[in-house]
Amino acid sequence: MTKQRLVVVGNGMAGARTVEEIVERGGMERYDVTIFGEEPYGNYNRILLSEVLSGSHDPQAIFINALDWYAERGITLHAGVPADNIDRADRVVRGGLVHEPYDVLILATGSRPLVPRLDGLHRADGKWKQGVFVFRSLDDCSRIAGYAKGRARAAVIGGGLLGLEAARGLLTHLPEVHVIQRESTIMNLQLDSRAGRMLQTTLQDMGIQVHTGTATTAMLGREKVSGLQFESGEILDCDMVVMACGILPNVQLARDAGLAVERGIVVDDQMRCVDDPNVYAVGECAQHRGQVYGLVAPLWEQARVLAEHLSEANPAATYEGSRLYTRLKVMGVDLATMGAKDSDDPEDEVILYSEPSRGVYQKLIVRDNQLAGAILLGDTAAASSLVQLFDRGTPLPQRRADLLFPSGATPAVTAPEQLPDDVQVCNCNGVSKGTIVASVKSGKRSLSAVCAATRAGTGCGSCKDLVRRITEWASDGQLEEDVTAHYYVPGVPLAKPELIAAIKELGLRSVSAVFGALTGGLEDAGSKTGLASLLKTIWGAEYEDERDARFINDRVHANVQKDSTFSVVPRIYGGVTSSAQLRRIADVADKYNVRMVKITGGQRIDLLGIAKEDLPGAWQDLDMPSGHAYTKAFRTCKTCVGTDFCRYGLGDSTALGIAIEKRFQGIEAPHKMKLAATGCPRNCAEATTKDLGAIAIEGGRWELYIGGAAGSTVRKGDLLCTVDSHDDVLRFMGRFMQYYREQAKYLERTYSFVERIGIERLRQALVEDRESICQRLDAEIEAAVRAYEDPWREGRAPLHRHQFVSTLPAGDAGERLAAVSA
Amino acid sequence: MMRVLPNQRQPAAVRSEGAFNLGPPGQIPIGEAREFDLPGQRVAVYHARDGRLYATQASCPHLGGKLADGVVGGAVVICPLHGYRYDLRDGRVLNGACDRLRTFPVWLSTGGDVMVQLEV
Ligand code: SRM
Ligand SMILES: Cc1cc2nc3c(=O)[nH]c(=O)nc-3n(C[C@H](O)[C@H](O)[C@H](O)COP(=O)(O)OP(=O)(O)OC[C@H]3O[C@@H](n4cnc5c(N)ncnc54)[C@H](O)[C@@H]3O)c2cc1C
Ligand code: SF4
Ligand code: FES
Repeated sequence: MTKQRLVVVGNGMAGARTVEEIVERGGMERYDVTIFGEEPYGNYNRILLSEVLSGSHDPQAIFINALDWYAERGITLHAGVPADNIDRADRVVRGGLVHEPYDVLILATGSRPLVPRLDGLHRADGKWKQGVFVFRSLDDCSRIAGYAKGRARAAVIGGGLLGLEAARGLLTHLPEVHVIQRESTIMNLQLDSRAGRMLQTTLQDMGIQVHTGTATTAMLGREKVSGLQFESGEILDCDMVVMACGILPNVQLARDAGLAVERGIVVDDQMRCVDDPNVYAVGECAQHRGQVYGLVAPLWEQARVLAEHLSEANPAATYEGSRLYTRLKVMGVDLATMGAKDSDDPEDEVILYSEPSRGVYQKLIVRDNQLAGAILLGDTAAASSLVQLFDRGTPLPQRRADLLFPSGATPAVTAPEQLPDDVQVCNCNGVSKGTIVASVKSGKRSLSAVCAATRAGTGCGSCKDLVRRITEWASDGQLEEDVTAHYYVPGVPLAKPELIAAIKELGLRSVSAVFGALTGGLEDAGSKTGLASLLKTIWGAEYEDERDARFINDRVHANVQKDSTFSVVPRIYGGVTSSAQLRRIADVADKYNVRMVKITGGQRIDLLGIAKEDLPGAWQDLDMPSGHAYTKAFRTCKTCVGTDFCRYGLGDSTALGIAIEKRFQGIEAPHKMKLAATGCPRNCAEATTKDLGAIAIEGGRWELYIGGAAGSTVRKGDLLCTVDSHDDVLRFMGRFMQYYREQAKYLERTYSFVERIGIERLRQALVEDRESICQRLDAEIEAAVRAYEDPWREGRAPLHRHQFVSTLPAGDAGERLAAVSA
Repeated sequence: MMRVLPNQRQPAAVRSEGAFNLGPPGQIPIGEAREFDLPGQRVAVYHARDGRLYATQASCPHLGGKLADGVVGGAVVICPLHGYRYDLRDGRVLNGACDRLRTFPVWLSTGGDVMVQLEV
């Protein structure tokens, strides 16, 4: 196949990123790539210019791709050569003396600063007065910094995001900086007026003087600027001016070429120009579904879609627009905003929290139980979780305050920038903040890539949120969404509902069949256990079990220990045992040289340090069923002594606990389920912090809680319903379990699941039966209960003669084991 | 019937001292691995689902996990203890930083037995 000629105009963030994405998808096989870049450099991270101006980043440090990156990949870059003209009839782009024919053309010309009409901006020779700047490129940045040296006072026209960042940067070069804002508050596009005023106070405390409601009319001075004049007639003397009044898409080239241009170059969902199938536009110059974007996150998305399309990695990829999230990168100011800033709809809920003395102002706008907008000023700890809710339109928890102040009394979360570099973030793997930041700087672009490279967040997972926030912060908004994060397992590119549909439609009953049909036979080690769990839930008895798809614990029905021996936890229903049972346990402990006998935190007994070979013998001698302490399944039901003995007992929690355990033992689920039944609201069995918990209350009734936790996360469960009998407790518990089995993601504990779905919806589905699924759920869990078999019986009839063999001795490989003579 | 694709041919120079016959591949359940106690050395032998065989040192360089108890997929094993992943073809660690696993040539003898060549 002869290669097609791909020409890109604009080597900024969108243009270069698109090329990078095409390269990553093997697109260089298909295209000869040529880029026109007006700026005489490789590609740099424009959003870090604010940091360069404030001196916290070296200009060299913001380059994403230096010139040799292009050369190494065989990409022709005309650096410093603006494209002047596109001849669509002949399919040629011309820039100075360079003529480049194209088959496919991408326009990524970005924006240019909007320059307000001001008297006295120009000198007699038509050029701008000395000391007047815009702030868009690396060259602008060095000119501003150079000019500021030794001067006393600067003014920035424009109190938006860019103006404020410029002002903060100037403050490191000059003693006095003024911001002139025509509107009555600053950052009026993102902030409501209260937040705007509060931010103004914060900035003024930092030494930036803000003048709102002040329209600039003229620039003073002869050759050099010497001041600004305002509509009120007032004058501000200053030595330099930076104009940050907004941006305009750079569309002249496209317009001259006769392409459809409104505010930006009009494109469809593949970023293709509507009137020329060979021309695409991406980034700030593009107008998609009426929207022109001025932030990087949307254009990453656009670049990815365009690359998928052009490289044919996924020709059907579509861009569907982005939801906007903004963060101000001004040192010492925490500010994040998303979506709507004000609400005029009386149906909206507005949640406000304000603490002026600390400069904290937080506002949420909730519409149809989804987050429609948020302003977080002074404290952005909640920003990353809110962005996710906002982005995905997830239903919100009922207690809205939990959005800002997660319950569970976790200490207030610190902002990433405030943490010292050597602080240990991942306490399981000992990964510091510095290591995570270094990994991002070395080019890891997604959370999963950072986690895989540093191992942060791969232990108990409780630091994952902090790792995400650090990664987001360190990548300056360049974080890529993990596509795999939406997949059920990383190795099969489908989300859970699509995966289930495919499995059912194609009748895939084993893990190897799934790989065979959905990944072209490519087996992914990290996906096997998750698939096994899902298939088991989908097919029940029809599931074709392949033992190699199980984790070692599930292959030998015991929990692997650090020395590769195993622990054995027999089931002790409801925590109630007997002297005979205890004697048997003691005998087993002696016979198999158990290293420790321990009462577990789950109210039963653990025999630790049993060799794999001894497992079948130990089980047989115990003559007790498996406690499933090793698998993602129903674990235990803790109980308290209840009515038979306790003077406060209101309900027979022991009998209920035993009944629960007998019924649900061994029921597999996306993650483990730990239960409790407790005899009165004193809650000695801790039922409110269990995956499912029942609490007896006065009047012979039981409260049923779901989604509680007291492990790496602490969460009080939500009350699902209050019922009258043990049978009803079992019924609703089973119903919830089945719903969780079907709907939860692999390894999603109920505390996340209930939070994600929302108790209100769960109640509607499981108690009110609004979706008419209860009968089916009840029947399915009943079938699962009936299918239960004690896995320890396998000890008597192993599936493979080496199922419980840990090391094959030299002799066992057959007498034939011998040195071979060649 | 089990299908076995020997992924490595017998090394050109088999040194008779170091080559061992481990018996038929069916001793290792398909898709799993088992540890073999060979003179002076424990070796994990993997029997991948596609029929390919691999052999590496038996214990994980991280904290000694028993690699034969790991999950095997394609040419990757995941250590059962802390989830380090290794490429079975060259022993390279795929997540985080860990020493490379020693790997050993493994092939099927003409009689269909698993053969492994140890370093001597
Ligand atoms: C044995 C036991 C500790 C003890 O000596 O008491 C224990 C031992 C382990 N826990 Fe636990 N947990 C034990 C009670 C608990 C409890 C308390 C309870 O069950 O009431 C909790 C808090 C409740 C909860 O589950 O959230 C608990 C929260 C965890 C967690 C954190 C789960 C979370 O998402 O918050 C993990 C890690 C995980 O699941 O990923 C964990 C994981 C583990 C593992 C399985 C780690 C592993 O994968 O190897 C430990 C196995 C040791 C072994 O080989 O036996 N263990 N663990 C307890 C067994 C209870 C039982 O009889 O089944
Ligand atoms: C100081 C600053 C701070 C910012 N901070 C943030 C932030 O925190 N978060 C955020 O999301 N966004 C931020 N932005 C906005 C972000 O930088 C832009 O959204 C992004 O750069 C747009 O990418 P683009 O490729 O469309 O345009 P650009 O990056 O501007 O790239 C366009 C390129 O095309 C070149 N070009 C134009 N015409 C031609 C031609 N005819 N021939 C050849 N080349 C041409 C231009 O020289 C330029 O290099 C910031 C911007 C600035 C200036
Ligand atoms: S038993 Fe639980 S808390 Fe103790 S070390 Fe193991 S996982 Fe951690
Ligand atoms: S011992 Fe293998 S990963 Fe820790």
